[in-house]
Amino acid sequence: MKKLLMIFVLFTGVAFPSFASTEVLNGANTAWILTSTALVLMMTLPGLALFYGGLVRRKNILSILMQCFSIAALSSILWFVVGYSLAFGEGNAWIGDFSKVLMVGITKETLVGDIPESLFALFQMTFAVITPALIIGAYAERMKFSAVLIFSGLWLLVVYSPVTHWVWGGGWLGQMGIYDFAGGIVVHITCGVAALVAAVVLGPRYGFPRTPMLPHNLTMTVTGAGLLWVGWFGFNGGSALAANGDAAMAMLVTHLSASAGALTWAAIEWKKFGKASVLGAVTGMVAGLGTITPASGFVGPGGALIIGVSAGFICFYSTVYIKQKLKIDDCLDVFPVHGVGGILGTLLAGVLSSTELGAFSGYGYAEGITTMIGQVSVQLVGIGSVIIYTAIMSYLLFKLVAVMTDGLRVDKEQEITGLDLIEHDESGYNL
Amino acid sequence: MKLITAIIKPYKMDDVRNALSEIGIEGMTLTEVKGFGRQKGHTELYRGAEYSVDFLPKIKVELAVQHEVVDRVIETILETAQTGKIGDGKIFVTNIESIVRIRTGELDNEAI
Repeated sequence: MKKLLMIFVLFTGVAFPSFASTEVLNGANTAWILTSTALVLMMTLPGLALFYGGLVRRKNILSILMQCFSIAALSSILWFVVGYSLAFGEGNAWIGDFSKVLMVGITKETLVGDIPESLFALFQMTFAVITPALIIGAYAERMKFSAVLIFSGLWLLVVYSPVTHWVWGGGWLGQMGIYDFAGGIVVHITCGVAALVAAVVLGPRYGFPRTPMLPHNLTMTVTGAGLLWVGWFGFNGGSALAANGDAAMAMLVTHLSASAGALTWAAIEWKKFGKASVLGAVTGMVAGLGTITPASGFVGPGGALIIGVSAGFICFYSTVYIKQKLKIDDCLDVFPVHGVGGILGTLLAGVLSSTELGAFSGYGYAEGITTMIGQVSVQLVGIGSVIIYTAIMSYLLFKLVAVMTDGLRVDKEQEITGLDLIEHDESGYNL
Repeated sequence: MKLITAIIKPYKMDDVRNALSEIGIEGMTLTEVKGFGRQKGHTELYRGAEYSVDFLPKIKVELAVQHEVVDRVIETILETAQTGKIGDGKIFVTNIESIVRIRTGELDNEAI
């Protein structure tokens, strides 16, 4: 094979790199995406599991860890059985097809761009794993384990796979030139909106908001948050699908936005309440990361600072508004942090990708789009359509699952006892 | 024989323990407890929301002593655990009917 290539290059004069970028496996790119895949899986296992686990009361710690692990396993299998095909099969503008069910016809030599398709599917799988797992934060401490599994599996196929196709799989939003580098729409808006629907459909935890339900182990939460931050380098950096300048810049802006988000949230608390809290700092960090996600390949370092600071501000006030004003018990604030962050970042990607903002310039609009209004309009269409689709489908799925599992929630006595004992016959701490 | 139960601020524990050892107290039991009195609770801040937490952490020290040393023990605890600020805790003194040392079967004053 290599010999043939050399002959081809010699005879045609085609430079090796340009040839390699379309049809031949690129080792450097493959190595980086292999690494990124591991980083993104680490965000769920154990990053998100620990982050969420520390935030619930100690009688529910195992239920969170179990839900994260089970959703990871279930989503992985469903992804290779049919999810990947629905997302990345050719299909039409709305959904893929069944041509890649169980990866039929995909060999070790099959490439997507210049990396193996098996690797591309695996990298994408880690996104399909974390997205339904993020929704756990909304229904934590009260949903039946059976309902969690059925909902997550169906949601992956009914919401996640089609939306991924719209944006990244050659679907209608991608064709319009939408900017979603690493999943502001595909991951954060979908999980955030589904979380809000979950919180409304399930109703609040028993005792909310009268009884304080405090995190049982913030050390665990901060450990998880650290893993999320590092893992996000693979999430956004890997989304370049190459080991190149796009990946490096995506990683740089990701890091800056996380830093700015953490400091901003902590500063608001310091000003407002007299002290900066640890949970505030790590929540601001996650907000900064979620918000830079759609923009990460398109904006520069200056833009990243704007994104991080606005994420800290807007996600902070959204959290206060949803929980304290609207009294919606989205327990771990999935919507105000991920949903609002995803919306904000997708919008700002349209603005800060402009090359005419001086120190805050980005790297230009999508092909065929010439004005900021043009890019922002496409972003708005994407945000609006995905919010509506996700909200309706998630609502219907919860109603369907409620029938299948005879109610989504455990009963009041079981909820007070805690899901660890009720659903898993185990305790997290036997000290 | 008296049982002295003192509820004190957690950070005063080492001082109290050392001072009691110095006056010859040879054993005590301590428990991490939570409660509230005039100090009431405090507030904690989670993601922009302040929650009032009713129960504050305290240390409960229990020691069985002979009648004659009760006053000295109380004095020592007062000297070491007192800050003058609200939330210093309380000392309870109760009678003990009998004491048995499990290892030897010794009774009452022998068993202290």
